[in-house]
Amino acid sequence: MTHSQFELLSNQAIAVCGTFYFLALLAHLAEWALGRTVPLDAVGATASSQAVAGGTDTLVAVEESTERMERWGRIGVILTVVAAGMQFVAVASRGLAADPIRVPWGNMYEFTMTGTLVVTLVYLGLYRKYKLSWLSPVVTGFVLITLMADVLLLYTPVVPLRDALQSPWLIIHVVAAITATGAFTIGGMASILYLVKERWLERQAAGKETSARAGYLARLPGLVELDRLAYRTHAFAFPVWTFAALIAGPIWAQSAWGRYWGWDPKEVWAFITWVVYAAYLHARATAGWKGRAAAIIALIGLATLWFNFIGINFFFGSGSMHSYA
Amino acid sequence: MSEPVFSHDRDVETGVAPLAPREFLRWTWRQLTSMRTALILLFLLALGAVPGSVIPQDAVDALKSAQWREAHPSLTPIWEKLGLFHVYSSVWFTAIYILLMVSLVGCILPRTRVYFKAMRARPPRTPRNLTRLPEYRTFTTDQEPDVVLARARAALSGYRIDDHEGSLAAERGYLREAGNLVFHISVLIVLVGFATGSLFGYKGGVIVVTGGQFANVASQYDEFAPGSLFNIKNLAPFSFKITDFDVKFITQGREAGMAQDFSAGVDYRTGVDGALRHTRIAVNHPLSIQGAKVYLIGHGYAPNVTVRDADGTVAYSGPVVFTPEDATFRSTGVIKVPDARPTQLGFRGEFYPTYAFTMATGPFSAFPDDKNPALSMLVYAGNLGMDSGVPQSVYALDMKGLKPVRKDNKAMRVDLTLGQTVTLPNGLGSVTFDGVSRFVKLQVSHNPSGWVALLGMIMALVGLLGSLFIKPRRVWVAVRREGGRTLVDVAGLDRSSGGTLPEQIDALAAHLEENKA
Ligand code: HEM
Repeated sequence: MTHSQFELLSNQAIAVCGTFYFLALLAHLAEWALGRTVPLDAVGATASSQAVAGGTDTLVAVEESTERMERWGRIGVILTVVAAGMQFVAVASRGLAADPIRVPWGNMYEFTMTGTLVVTLVYLGLYRKYKLSWLSPVVTGFVLITLMADVLLLYTPVVPLRDALQSPWLIIHVVAAITATGAFTIGGMASILYLVKERWLERQAAGKETSARAGYLARLPGLVELDRLAYRTHAFAFPVWTFAALIAGPIWAQSAWGRYWGWDPKEVWAFITWVVYAAYLHARATAGWKGRAAAIIALIGLATLWFNFIGINFFFGSGSMHSYA
Repeated sequence: MSEPVFSHDRDVETGVAPLAPREFLRWTWRQLTSMRTALILLFLLALGAVPGSVIPQDAVDALKSAQWREAHPSLTPIWEKLGLFHVYSSVWFTAIYILLMVSLVGCILPRTRVYFKAMRARPPRTPRNLTRLPEYRTFTTDQEPDVVLARARAALSGYRIDDHEGSLAAERGYLREAGNLVFHISVLIVLVGFATGSLFGYKGGVIVVTGGQFANVASQYDEFAPGSLFNIKNLAPFSFKITDFDVKFITQGREAGMAQDFSAGVDYRTGVDGALRHTRIAVNHPLSIQGAKVYLIGHGYAPNVTVRDADGTVAYSGPVVFTPEDATFRSTGVIKVPDARPTQLGFRGEFYPTYAFTMATGPFSAFPDDKNPALSMLVYAGNLGMDSGVPQSVYALDMKGLKPVRKDNKAMRVDLTLGQTVTLPNGLGSVTFDGVSRFVKLQVSHNPSGWVALLGMIMALVGLLGSLFIKPRRVWVAVRREGGRTLVDVAGLDRSSGGTLPEQIDALAAHLEENKA
C-alpha cells in the first residue's frame, strides 16, 4: 500500500471505529435502561428468589430481563473491542502513511486518537478483574465524544515529523505520557462516580431520594470499591507520569534543546499535574482528607492534565516550545 | 480504607498555639512537619507555578517578556515587585519550596529512626482474638495441627515468620516504608542536583554565520551565564568553524513552513592545537566536546550587503545577522557602516526570505525558505555613536546622532532584491544586496552535576514503585484440637490502601483446608 492509501485507510478506520463506539454506547444505555426493571441483587450469580415478592410470574419476568440486561452488556463490550481494533488500525496506519514511516504521535490529532485508545484498553484490560460493567457507558461515551472532537476540530493531514520530534526519547516519553493520561482518565472517572454516588447516598439517607428503582447509581459499586479502583489506577499512573514528565521528558529536552528543564508552559503544567497527584496520594494518608477530598483533588489533577494536553496549545500557541504536542 | 504504615497521630493534635516560647517553637515545628501542612504546601507549590506559565518569563523568553512589559506599562511595576517575570526564582516561590523541603526533612528524619527499628522488628505476636481482625476465616480439618502450621509456613513464602505456641505470625512488606523514604530523600537529591548544576556550570549562546569561527572564551559569546561558583578561566579551550547549514521545510499541511530537518557542518578542534575534525550537529544531536555540549537551537538569515561611500570605496561588505521575528522568517536587523565617508551610515529594516506583497497586508514573507529574498530598510546618516565607549547592541541603532536620509521629502526606504544596487541621494554612496548566508544559533552548556538530578529522579522512581506496590501485610494462623479435629483460624491485616487481602486470605484458607495428606 502507498502512503496516501494508508492515510485514507486511517481516516476510514476512525469513522468506522466511531460508529462502533456509538453502537456500544447504545448497547450499554439499553443495558442500564433494562436495569431499572431488575432488582439490585438479581444480576449474576447472586440472582435469588428471596428478593422478589409476587410469585413465580414475577420471578420469571425478572430472570428474563436480567438475562436481557446482561446480554446487552456483553454486546456492548464486544462492540467496544471491535471499535478498539479499528482504532488501532487507524493509529497504526497514521504512522505508515507518513513518508518516511514514523511513530503516529506527531500532532494533537494523533495524540488524542492514541490517548483515547489507551483509555479503552485500560478499561477493557480491567473489565473482568474489577467487574467494570458500570463503567461502560462512561468510557464509551467519553471516548466517542473525544474522538468526534478530535476528528472535527483537530484533524491534520499526515506530514513528516518535525525535527525536534525525531528522537528515540520521543517514543519513550510519549508512550509513557499517553499511558499515564489514559490511566489517570479512568481513575478520574472512578473519582467522579465516587462523588456522585456519595451525594446520592447522602440524599437517600436524608430521604430526598425516594425512587426505589434499581437505577444506574444504585448499581455502582460501593464507595470503598470505587475509592479502591480510583487509588489503584492513580497508583499505577503516577509513577508512569513521573517517568514520562520528570525523567524521559528532561532527558529528551536535554538532547534537543540543551537543558533538562526550562519552565516552558508545557513543562510547568506537567509539573503542576505531578504535584497535584502527589497531593492526592498524601490526602489519602491524612485524616480528614480521605475519600471525598481525595476524590476532588484527583479531579483537579485530571483537569490540569487535560488542560496541559489541549489547553496549552490553544491558549499559549507559539509561546511553548512544545506547542506541537 | 486502611491506615498508613505509621499513623499520623501528630495530625490529630492541632490545637491552639501555646504562648511559652519553647512550647511555641515545638508547636510550630510540629505544625510544619505534619501531613496536613505538607498537603497544603504541595497545593501552594502547584498554584504558585501557574503564573509562570501565563506571564512571559525573563529566563524562558527575554524578548517576549520585554514586549509584554512594553504593552502593559501600568501593570509592569506591580508585576516586577511581585517577581512575576521570574516566578521560579522569586522570593515567594522559593519560600514555598524551602518550607516544603524543611517539612520533608522534618518528616524524614524521625521516620528514618522509626523505620530502622521497624525493619528489624519481628511480626507481632498472634492476637488473642483473631475474629476481631478485618479478614478472618475459620474451618476444621482432620490434619494434625503441626501439619497445618507447616503447610501455612510453606505457603507464606516471602514472609518473615515467627512460630508461637499453637500459631504462627507472619509479616511481609518491610521494604515499603524504605521505598517511601528513598522517594522523599531523592526529591531532596534532585533539588541539590539542580542547584549545584547551576552553581558550577555555565551556559552561553552565540550566533555564528556559516563560514564563521568560534573559540570558547567568554568574550566570544553573545550571552554568557556562568554559575556563581564557576571560574571563567576554566572554560575548556576548544574552537570550531561552521562550514555549512542545511535545512528542509515542510511544504504542506498544518505544519507547513516548519523546519523538518536542519543541521550544520562543524570543523572543530579540541584544545589549542588538537587535530581538526568534522561532524554535523542537529537538534537532538549535539556536539560533546571537553565536558561541554554544543547544541544547535536555532537558525536564520544573514543577508550579504556591500555599502560603498561617496567616492565609491567599499565601506562595508559581508553578512549581517537579521533575527527572525516569526515562523515565516520575516527578520529584522540593522547594518552599521562606521567607515563610510563623509558621514557614517546606518540601515534598519526587514529581510523577507520569500518576499510577497498585498495591499491588505503590506510586505510579508510567504515561506520560510529563501525562494525570493528581499531587503527593505530605512537609511540613516550621521554619527553611529560607536566610539562613545558604551558597548552597543548589534541589533539596534543608537538614534541620538542619526538623522533619516530623505528623498522626495520622505524618509528614504531602500528596497532590494537579490543582486540589486540602490544609489543613495546627496552623494552618500550606494548599497548592494549581494546574496544570502545562513546563521546558526548555538547554545554551549556545561552542567557538571546534571546527572545528580537525573540519578535522584531515577532513585525517586524506584522508591516510589516500592512505596506504592509493596503491600505490607500481616497474617496469622492459629490451630487447636477440638473434638478430635483441628480447628484452624486464619486472619490478616492489610497495612496499605488498595490491597487484595480478602482474596489472599481466602486462598490461604482454601489451600490449608484442602486435605492433601
Ligand atoms: C516535595 C514534596 C513531596 C512530594 C513530591 C511527596 C510525594 C509523595 C508521594 C508521591 C507519596 C506516595 C507514596 C505512597 O503512597 O506510599 C508520598 C507519601 C508520603 N509522604 Fe510525601 N511528598 C512530599 C513531601 C512530604 C512531606 C513534607 C511529608 C511530611 C509531612 C511527607 C510525608 C509522606 C508520608 C508519611 C507518606 C506515606 C503516605 C502513606 O503511607 O500512604 N511527604 N509522598
